[in-house]
Amino acid sequence: MGKQGVGVALRRKEDDRLMRGRGRFIGDVRFEGQVELAFVRSPVAHGRILGVNIPPEHRERVYLMEDMKGVAGILARSGLPGFKASVQMPLAQGKVRFAGEPIAMCVAATRAEAEDIAATVTPEIEELAANHDMLEATKKGAPKVHDDWADNVFLETFIDGDIDSVAKDAPIAVSRTIRTGRQCMAPLEGKGCIAFYDRYVEQLVLWTATQMPHIVRSGLAECLGMEHRKIRVVAPDVGGGFGWKGLLQPEEVCAAWLAMHLDRPVKWLEDRREHLIAAANCREHHYELTAYADRSGRILGLDAVAHVDAGAYSVYPFSACLEAAQVGSILPGPYDLTHYRCRTYSVCTNKPPIVPYRGVARTGVCFAMELMVDAIAREAGLEPHEVRLANLVTPEQMPYRNVTGKDFDLGDYPESLRRAAEMIGHDEVRRRQEVGEADGRKIGIGYATYCEQGAHGTSVYHGWGIPMVPGFEQSQVRLTPDGTLEVRVGNQSHGQSLETTLAQVVNEVLGVDPEKVNVLHGDTALSPYSTGTWGSRSAVMVGGAVAAACEKLGERILGIGAHLLQARPEEVRIADGAVASEAGSVSFAEIAATWYLKPQNLPPGVNPDGLELTAGYRPKVDTGTFSYASHAAMVAVDLETGHVDLLDYVIVEDGGVLINPMVVDGQIYGGTAQGVGTALYEEMTYDGHGQPLASTLADYILPGANEVPDVRIAHMETPSPNTRFGQKGIGEGGAIAPPAAITNAINDAVKDLGVEMNVSPVTPYRLLAAITEAQTAGGAVRQKEEAAA
Amino acid sequence: MKPVPFDLVVAKDVAGAVKALGEEGAKAVGGFQSLGPMLNLRLAQPRILIDVTRIPELRGIQRSDESVVYGACITHAEFEDGAVFDPTGGALARVASGIAYRAVRTRGTIGGSLAHGDPAADWPVALGALDARVRIAGERGVRQMPVASFMTGAFATALQPNEVVVAVEVPRPSPQARFGFWKFCRKVGELAEAICGVYCDPERGVHRIMIGAMEGRPVVLADVPEVFEDARALEAALADLDLGSDPVHRKLHLAAIKRAVADMRQVSGASA
Ligand SMILES: Cc1cc2nc3c(=O)[nH]c(=O)nc-3n(C[C@H](O)[C@H](O)[C@H](O)COP(=O)(O)OP(=O)(O)OC[C@H]3O[C@@H](n4cnc5c(N)ncnc54)[C@H](O)[C@@H]3O)c2cc1C
Repeated sequence: MGKQGVGVALRRKEDDRLMRGRGRFIGDVRFEGQVELAFVRSPVAHGRILGVNIPPEHRERVYLMEDMKGVAGILARSGLPGFKASVQMPLAQGKVRFAGEPIAMCVAATRAEAEDIAATVTPEIEELAANHDMLEATKKGAPKVHDDWADNVFLETFIDGDIDSVAKDAPIAVSRTIRTGRQCMAPLEGKGCIAFYDRYVEQLVLWTATQMPHIVRSGLAECLGMEHRKIRVVAPDVGGGFGWKGLLQPEEVCAAWLAMHLDRPVKWLEDRREHLIAAANCREHHYELTAYADRSGRILGLDAVAHVDAGAYSVYPFSACLEAAQVGSILPGPYDLTHYRCRTYSVCTNKPPIVPYRGVARTGVCFAMELMVDAIAREAGLEPHEVRLANLVTPEQMPYRNVTGKDFDLGDYPESLRRAAEMIGHDEVRRRQEVGEADGRKIGIGYATYCEQGAHGTSVYHGWGIPMVPGFEQSQVRLTPDGTLEVRVGNQSHGQSLETTLAQVVNEVLGVDPEKVNVLHGDTALSPYSTGTWGSRSAVMVGGAVAAACEKLGERILGIGAHLLQARPEEVRIADGAVASEAGSVSFAEIAATWYLKPQNLPPGVNPDGLELTAGYRPKVDTGTFSYASHAAMVAVDLETGHVDLLDYVIVEDGGVLINPMVVDGQIYGGTAQGVGTALYEEMTYDGHGQPLASTLADYILPGANEVPDVRIAHMETPSPNTRFGQKGIGEGGAIAPPAAITNAINDAVKDLGVEMNVSPVTPYRLLAAITEAQTAGGAVRQKEEAAA
Repeated sequence: MKPVPFDLVVAKDVAGAVKALGEEGAKAVGGFQSLGPMLNLRLAQPRILIDVTRIPELRGIQRSDESVVYGACITHAEFEDGAVFDPTGGALARVASGIAYRAVRTRGTIGGSLAHGDPAADWPVALGALDARVRIAGERGVRQMPVASFMTGAFATALQPNEVVVAVEVPRPSPQARFGFWKFCRKVGELAEAICGVYCDPERGVHRIMIGAMEGRPVVLADVPEVFEDARALEAALADLDLGSDPVHRKLHLAAIKRAVADMRQVSGASA
């Protein structure tokens, strides 16, 4: 048996079922007697519900909020001072606050029949003016989303800093307005759930496509007024989450309540249209930034105002303010910045609520900051990577506490950028630009460097005061009578390959063949409590917990093994799934058989707790690991169509010790594909009435295989000093930098035309419009400059 | 979303299809690739669907010295794969291979594409440029008309409710004929934002430019031999063209036209 533990690119255990189409997703789960739901959703973004007309023949199969007696709304508070809480009733009552908000649920034997009923239900709504633009929504006189609030702001935060002293005589000051589009997360598998009441154990059972079964249970218990022990939440195979499956949803509450009310299984499967118009959104940021720098490109200060369009409600558990408040704390990026001031607003609008999406606030923040760095470079007449090198935190400064109190663990940020510049062939591209392209296109290079706080725990989260605070993470391990191993973890694997990675952790500690390890996850009845899979935390937290449990189990195995080998405990060790001494070895199977089947042979004084246990883990420092990367993009811009071609894309990444390098590369590729979507394609736009303008994937454009470049990845390895194996969280990183790197490359390509894009996505239309404007205005500007000279 | 309930009738011949289409709420269906999504979104709610893809006549081709007649239910994939004779020396295969994704091409039909009337679709522009004619069967027999005039607006055609597109007749190009095609899509496989087909067959006196993805029906520039010779004549012709009010879209359309013309010039050999 070759090495199969930490550091090995082991083939994925889950491939056998997933690649053969043998996974079990919610859509595959059927229970005898199940019925299906279709929701009647609000046709308007904002309005008062005057009534709901239901044909009498369907009244029994249609449910309104008033029918759901005793069910409470979803409430996700934040403890941050000034936070305004919203209550989201599972079915709208009194008012609708976004187009697509559920008003009634219709139940029938099949979804198609339920939709037939839904088509006959007509809500009567007095339409109100809608907040479709977050900046307008903060103005006096804007229609109020929640009538009892003083304004439409969930939360305002302010980080004060001394900007005035640097602003006074900074040689360079650049100001920009930067925006990012609103997105839908669009996992391959939509959301879905099926609920039933299990009389045998007196439990409500909710199978749902979630990233966090335990948290969904807590939220559901609150809404339904039930005890936790009475609810079991199961996440089967989940086809991608990205954050969209990291919340308690109104539809889940509805299905769960109805299953108990009807005493039969109730299923709801989100379709693509529901996902696009009614599901939680993400990402929409707006920045007003001024950066101060000296002529060498050294950034002296950053002054920022950021708005995030948080939509109509605060989602459970992350709340409506996590995104904007994080913007404030991470905007300074990987830079050695000393003067910083930032005000943020989480704005409440008549759009679906936002939830954190892969990268969370970081993608928007990286876009804003990295565009500013390039703007400074252009202003200073310097190369963009040189300006970065002048500002990145250096390895000598590590560990480094930044201006907002983030503790960067270790790493060589400048080196990642130098390598990226080399890999993309910086000097060669510059020469090629001088010559020009035969086809008339303009090429450009762009960079983005970020560091990603991942696996941040108690010390970070208790401050948010949201319904969930990660503490110690637990894992349960059990040596079964035949000597194979079961591992139970409370998070959920939905594409992260945890069944493989965690089995490798087991192998690293106990030497058990990963094929002989079953990783059980995603079920509150089977696993220890966990806040779930989010925040790039699983490899660090759950990996650490599995290692801790295996170590403890190893001690017990050693005790029995030594006895069987008639050796002293200090004479034996664990190797390749056996206990060995100088004289011989005894397999885990024999040891397990002794414990379970021949207990008469156990040593006197053996640990009575046996060969199963639960152990917990938290890193020494739990403020988070800081993986980091530099991305470099080379693009070609077609000036006649606005089309952007990604000619090359390189990533130099440091995720510390990689448990499975292939899995890490997979995470980076996937994240980068999503980042390409953010950069160039994906946007959910709304009209002035708050109507969503993309209800199919023909309008909401996701990048496909043709649009995603062959990404070249290089790794650096600076082990984290704080985690079990030196691993760092990397799950989200790929999605953070592409919008910044690609847009910087576009701006590099078109800089001679006087075009600068400060919005994502850079659609062909936007780019062509900017080019057209520059070409028509260009003559005028040049004339003015000549006159002035 | 799921469609409203409907009945499905599989027509055995053209007469049967025409008769069945006479029923209240009846609608023809080919490959389902455009109608399917509309049914699912409940944008179309027909009571009866008449499947025309099993009619043998609509699956065949007829060759003559002047033209090739393609049954309406020949799929994009069959053109792409060269499974049907192509008198244009590859132009039809090339157009077909650029439509949507392979899965869509496997089912989508040339007749369905024309009947659907999407102004951004490939076949109306390509076949319009090639001066093809569409054959339509109704209660009073078969009529035919140029593809360019068959398209009457965005998602509007000359097709009457109880008529069936039975075939498309593509004239055989002469050896000197040239075809050029260029389109711009947000993403490979999505419908075009700008699309243009150009065709020049001096021997037969055909010089045509067909521009799609407009707000209304595709725009035709017919009998314009000079623009194929002279860049300034092309500029002049385009300057007068109504390409919509949006200057950015106009720019994109102009790029498509110029590139289609350049594409035609680039391709060497007869009737390519
Ligand atoms: C994801 C996607 C991408 C696409 N991209 C492109 C693209 O890039 N370019 C492009 O050109 N097209 C594209 N399409 C459309 C595709 O080419 C369809 O195949 C085509 O438009 C319709 O052909 P169909 O046979 O599927 O027609 P159907 O969907 O079956 O029918 C469409 C319409 O035509 C009518 N109809 C069909 N056949 C007949 C007939 N014989 N007589 C009378 N009426 C008839 C139907 O009643 C209906 O109104 C795309 C479709 C999808 C789903």
